[in-house]
Amino acid sequence: MSGRSQRATSRVLLIGPAFVVIVVLMVVPLALMAWISIQERDYAGGVVWGSLTPDAYVRFLFERNLDDTVSLSFDYLRIIARSFWLSAMTTAISLAIGFPTAFFMATRPRRWRGVLVFMVTLPFWTNLLVRNYSWILILRDHGTINGLLEWLGVISQPLPLLNNQFAVAVGLTYSFLPFMVLPIYTSLEKLDLSLVEAAFDLYAGRWRALRHVVLPLSLPGIVAGSALVFMPCLGSYVTPELLGGGKTLMIGNLIGMQFGSARNWPFGAALGMLLLAILLIGLAIYALRKPSGEEASA
Amino acid sequence: MNPSISKLTSSLCIASATVMALGLSAGAARADGELHLYNWSNYFPPELMKKFEKETGTKVTIDNYASEEDLLAKLQAGGGGYDIVFPTPTTLGTMIKKGLVAKIEVNQMTNFGNILPKFKSVSGDENRDYSAPYMWGTTGFTYDPSKVPDGKMAQSWKGLLEPDDSLKGKIGMLDDMADVWNAAAYYLGIDKCTEDPAKAQKILDLLQKQKPFVKVYSNDGTIDRMIAGEVAMHMQWNGAAHRVKEKKPDDVYVYPKEGVTFWTDLMVVPANAPDMENAKTFINWMMKPENAAIASNYTGYSNTIKGSNAYLKPELKDDPAVNAPEDVQDRLRAFKECSPKSKDLRERVWTKLKS
Repeated sequence: MSGRSQRATSRVLLIGPAFVVIVVLMVVPLALMAWISIQERDYAGGVVWGSLTPDAYVRFLFERNLDDTVSLSFDYLRIIARSFWLSAMTTAISLAIGFPTAFFMATRPRRWRGVLVFMVTLPFWTNLLVRNYSWILILRDHGTINGLLEWLGVISQPLPLLNNQFAVAVGLTYSFLPFMVLPIYTSLEKLDLSLVEAAFDLYAGRWRALRHVVLPLSLPGIVAGSALVFMPCLGSYVTPELLGGGKTLMIGNLIGMQFGSARNWPFGAALGMLLLAILLIGLAIYALRKPSGEEASA
Repeated sequence: MNPSISKLTSSLCIASATVMALGLSAGAARADGELHLYNWSNYFPPELMKKFEKETGTKVTIDNYASEEDLLAKLQAGGGGYDIVFPTPTTLGTMIKKGLVAKIEVNQMTNFGNILPKFKSVSGDENRDYSAPYMWGTTGFTYDPSKVPDGKMAQSWKGLLEPDDSLKGKIGMLDDMADVWNAAAYYLGIDKCTEDPAKAQKILDLLQKQKPFVKVYSNDGTIDRMIAGEVAMHMQWNGAAHRVKEKKPDDVYVYPKEGVTFWTDLMVVPANAPDMENAKTFINWMMKPENAAIASNYTGYSNTIKGSNAYLKPELKDDPAVNAPEDVQDRLRAFKECSPKSKDLRERVWTKLKS
């Protein structure tokens, strides 16, 4: 074998894995999803291949009455709005808890930081499903919290902690908090504390030092953390299913239902495409607003 | 090229080639003389698997699925190497349409005569060409007498769907589009396969009004919730009701007078089953009274085989939740495959209820 062809072979083999990952795991599924979303629905599950129709996208906003009149419907928009609201809430709460945590971690002596990072990632060693089931045990009527409060005599009737949006918010925050803490920690760790000292020297109070020195410098971490929490929240499936009591759907559940009991694959695929489009538009706006944001990709 | 980098490069190449080769060859090996069952979890007695192996020498293994959609998806993707699966008639209809099941002619099997008359035919497989019945049950509701007004409830859906004011947040519902829709339709006297949007609206109105009383819509943990007393009543399958009553004998399972769905689980052989002959032997063997009874004793649901009562555990035989009494027989409503139009309405009602 000549050296040249050997190099060519090794180049193919080296590019291979990345190429396979991108094409097989991203391009193909996305193309398939886009294609399915414009097919006609087969009521037995699946689609009628090759029958192009925009039905699935029309269905999102309009419902066809049986006399073939069409009216505007907000059912699906409401579900999407709720998902955005819950995800935004989760992101805000995660930030409120995550920032101080990350700040605390970043300001410990170096030898402690590794241990603290390890502790933050510890929950990931357990399956998400198991963690959500644990929250059922904690929040239920005769669960840990209600049991304790009743024993203390604070309440006589159990508080409704489970099977509502509160429980979903708790579960989501718990699940995604580490995604907020770690990026912020990373950017705070690099922070030069002498800058804060300089701010104090220039008569800045604690609040001003935080607002004008620490926050701007940790902004890349905050942005990355918020994106890492917000996006998976938006598509979450297990947590609303288990902790929400099945009373209100989030987009993830709505999509799951289309591929499951409703057997409406095109609509499920269309919802997936819409969700993707919304997120891409959001990201594009952010990227355009800040063209020179080299650090924003932290 | 730097020697160490070149070494790294070549080992990476080998690794990548190996991974690709592995991916291509995976999923080949399979033992002989082995039947592969695919069923709901906790729905087939291990005892029966051993018994079959002892009597015929064929080993039986089992995998579980969490929903029939999983089952269907697996079969559509190429079978997964299963010999016997346990769908309901809804899924069987789809499977027949898509050519996923083998025509094993259950009606010609030696033990076919053991099936109770009511189950010799099923919607979608009227001649029993494809399917044999496994278990059957009903979807009614269970209540805890100590938690409802007057300690007693009428044999009607009214108690569940239009509950007393004191029961706010104390009702558990199944999270199943068809089951909930059917119950509401029976109660309102509407055909469950209706295509009339005005009637669908009535069903939606009823369910919307009930929603504030509902603590949870869920198919999991219905037994635990009743035993822990977290709900006063729960829409439930009768086998689950039986297991609630094992812990709380005073609880009552209701067969509503407006009508209650009875469903059948089936035994079916996928079209590409690896061991067709043994699969048929197994299905015929399952229609023997003593084997059907072992299955019932384990699952807590009734079987469809004449003469199996003699082998049933007394607590099953004596529980009206399992052994539906004579006077409720005319309340039982069979599964019906609805038109796409009707399914569409049902789906819209369900989405609106949860939006």
